[in-house]
Amino acid sequence: MSDAVQEVPLTGSLVAPRPLRIGERQVGATLVLALCAILVLIIGLPLWALLSKSVENTEGHFVGLANFVTYATTPTLVASLVNSLFVAATTTALVIPLAFAYAYALCRSRIPGKGLFYAAAMVPVFAPSLLSGLALIYVFGNQGLLKSWLMGASLYGPVGVIAAESLYCFPHAMLIMVTALALSDGRLREAAEALGTSRWRIFRTITLPAARYGVISASFVVFTLVITDFGIPKVIGGQFSVLATDAYRQVVGQQNFPMGAVVGIILLVPAVIAFFIDRAAQKRQSAMLSARAVPYSPKPERRRDTVLLILVSLVAFTIVAPYAIAVWGSFVRYWPYNLSLTLNNYDFSTVEPSGWEPYRNSLMLAGLTAIIGTTLIFCGAYLVEKLKAVPHLRAFAHFLAMLPMAVPGLVLGLGYVFFYNAIWNPLGFLYGTLAILVINTIAHFYTVGHITALTSLKQIDSEFEAVSASLKVPFWTTFRRVTAPICMPAILDIAVYVFVNAMTTVSAVIFLYGADTKLASIAIVHMDEAGAVASAAGMATVIMLTAIAVKLLHIALDRLVFGRLQRWRQR
Amino acid sequence: MTSSSPWFLSIRDLDKSYGEFRALRSIDLDIRRGEFVCFLGPSGCGKTTLLRAIAGLEPQDSGRIEMEGRDVSHAAPSDRDFGIVFQSYALFPNLTVAENVGYGLVNRRQPARAIAERVEELLALVGLPDQGRKYPVQLSGGQQQRVALARALATAPGLLLLDEPLSALDAKVRLRLRDEIRSLQQRLGVTTVMVTHDQEEALAMADRIVVMNNGAVEQVGTPEEIYRRPATPFVADFVGHMTFLDAVVTGPGTVRVDDLDLQVANAGSFPSGTAVRLAMRPEEVRTRSITEETPNCFEATIGDVTFLGSFCRAHLQPTRSRTTRIAADFSANAMRDLAIAPGEIRRIAFPPEALHVFAGAAR
Repeated sequence: MSDAVQEVPLTGSLVAPRPLRIGERQVGATLVLALCAILVLIIGLPLWALLSKSVENTEGHFVGLANFVTYATTPTLVASLVNSLFVAATTTALVIPLAFAYAYALCRSRIPGKGLFYAAAMVPVFAPSLLSGLALIYVFGNQGLLKSWLMGASLYGPVGVIAAESLYCFPHAMLIMVTALALSDGRLREAAEALGTSRWRIFRTITLPAARYGVISASFVVFTLVITDFGIPKVIGGQFSVLATDAYRQVVGQQNFPMGAVVGIILLVPAVIAFFIDRAAQKRQSAMLSARAVPYSPKPERRRDTVLLILVSLVAFTIVAPYAIAVWGSFVRYWPYNLSLTLNNYDFSTVEPSGWEPYRNSLMLAGLTAIIGTTLIFCGAYLVEKLKAVPHLRAFAHFLAMLPMAVPGLVLGLGYVFFYNAIWNPLGFLYGTLAILVINTIAHFYTVGHITALTSLKQIDSEFEAVSASLKVPFWTTFRRVTAPICMPAILDIAVYVFVNAMTTVSAVIFLYGADTKLASIAIVHMDEAGAVASAAGMATVIMLTAIAVKLLHIALDRLVFGRLQRWRQR
Repeated sequence: MTSSSPWFLSIRDLDKSYGEFRALRSIDLDIRRGEFVCFLGPSGCGKTTLLRAIAGLEPQDSGRIEMEGRDVSHAAPSDRDFGIVFQSYALFPNLTVAENVGYGLVNRRQPARAIAERVEELLALVGLPDQGRKYPVQLSGGQQQRVALARALATAPGLLLLDEPLSALDAKVRLRLRDEIRSLQQRLGVTTVMVTHDQEEALAMADRIVVMNNGAVEQVGTPEEIYRRPATPFVADFVGHMTFLDAVVTGPGTVRVDDLDLQVANAGSFPSGTAVRLAMRPEEVRTRSITEETPNCFEATIGDVTFLGSFCRAHLQPTRSRTTRIAADFSANAMRDLAIAPGEIRRIAFPPEALHVFAGAAR
């Protein structure tokens, strides 16, 4: 090597290490403490308020389980519980086999147009849940195109609720099944084929067991989604009352907070069970797959592919058609008598005093939630995963971050009412503002973002922080220069997930909006109540298109980010 | 202590446990300024834990660490003066090679030009001039490891820590980089601690080797000391190859293995009748210029012979002993000259100074 090299100083004269002025440990500990405080405030205390409210009477005195006894002895309330269980069970039984077959076709066959079918099944994710209800009203409702197909049965009741919930839950179930089926080991199948095993036996002894946990997990997710959904029963349930609508009626209609809290806790039960079963299932699932597993690539097979293609086409049509009809309906002058097209239904001010204002509010909410929420979620996950200081506090923060997964939006909304509406709460001024909607929405969708961030952070070399420390670079610099840029795709994922959900959610925010902060999804409920179904469908269409546009933007941005800004990923 | 202490790094009575598992057991160790020290041992022996304790990345439960006379036992990693290279390189993938190397310099409010010059200098030092604009993913494993080394040296740390820096590389690259790291270290005179499980690497690179086992230090010494005078059966077995034989002390400087009476140069102070373990390296078995006066000579049958390239390893059975088997290495030359083949009987000898005596009977 050259002579110049010899002049490299032996010890630090050029770069004398300077001691850091602020201790990194103290900064880290303070940040974790702040994270815990925020999570307690936005998740812990509202849930605590819900639990404590359920054992108080309307005057705020402790009454033990008296409210639960009252609930159990009120026939109309018990009827709602039975209704809810019935609807949830039926929807689950309907959706799970179909979603399994659909996912099986996407993962284990050679049908054409897989991307298109996948996208078709995902449509409901981008719309508020009640759009599926509105859609069914257009098709089978009192003025429906195909009303006669119901042969006299009424759509408004269990039939409509189950059908609409099935549409709404399908993508969630399918996504879980796709993950479960995609994770199976192709070598097992090839070994079985080499041994001359019959196809049915392969399916029974290899495919099903491998996907078993996916099926279990998806079943509970669907059950929970249905039992806690508020929008669909509200729009299409008619006189058919369920737990979610009961909770709304008790709190908003009758101001009976304790009874609302009791319903909330009943709603919490299946969600909590689902949460733990899902976690157990995931552990088993990953344990089944060894690091050396080979993904299965299906070979073409005429008969299987034809059958599956027909099935998938039917299901995709059943999902997309109602939404398409609802969109069409929103442009129709007078359904179904005058089918000429018009934009009148989009002049929301004729049916809703605030006009387009709710949509702007929703955009504000979704935008703010995406920016603030993603920042909080990602930074929080970083603190939990990468810091070494205060391990117990970090574990506590992680626990709080995982809680919202087990808490239905409606229940969280109730908790917010009880906590932020309490007379003694100095934060009460937030009630009815956009701020509380943002806070609540962040809390509502915190867990999925947290898990996404953790997964991405875990994939990064765990020694980056150690290297930085040895170079006297504080962790926040490495976070800014290295960790966050590397995780940019995951950060985008979180932001889009939060945005889309903030646009479409109804359940939590319905308790929290104020006169100036009505959201588009809530305006749909009100317009539907006022009988302006076309405008309600119009508003839902606007939400859906916004959400889809954001998703497409995400895909484009992802390509850009990977293509240009993240040049370092390519060799 | 003051900085006039001869030791750059002093470790006293270091302990660390993970639950029931004792990762470090009262470690005492001193390292001189400018020394290249290897921590050698099987996986799980505590060598990496010790390195990380020195760095402050995994603080010890109890004990004291002094760097240049300064007590750093409880200092944060950023308050200790070291650079570190990991087995995974831990290069920042989204930064260029130059940005990686200059990472620790940017924080010190240096003018950009001084940083750029320093980075160029360092890249030249590790043999990667003009590679600064590439991203780590565009470099080979060996090149990435050099960048990691340059980054660790950039801030001119007093102590360089290397955590299995070569084990992720191919054999050829490993050999070359091994020499380069050693000569670089000697040129810069930076005190260096390297963790490795590869005894050959440790023997080739280190000024001194710290052999560890079960969280404790088994022996500290120069490579030659470790190889020629292993202090414990563990060291004898772990570093190089060693044949172990059960033996009984029969007198001062003599032991008996089966029916063979052998002279031993360093018999220790075992009284007669003590059961001991006798150890010898395969390459110490003599087959040439043996006379009647040569001590410890006897006839042996050659058993199986394994071809290992430049030499062969044979298993020998003394004709007077049924159970004893001894590994012996023969160079390709010896194989040819002596016509060594399975089933042949040859006179062999154990030089008394090549026999090591350890306490205890067979395991």
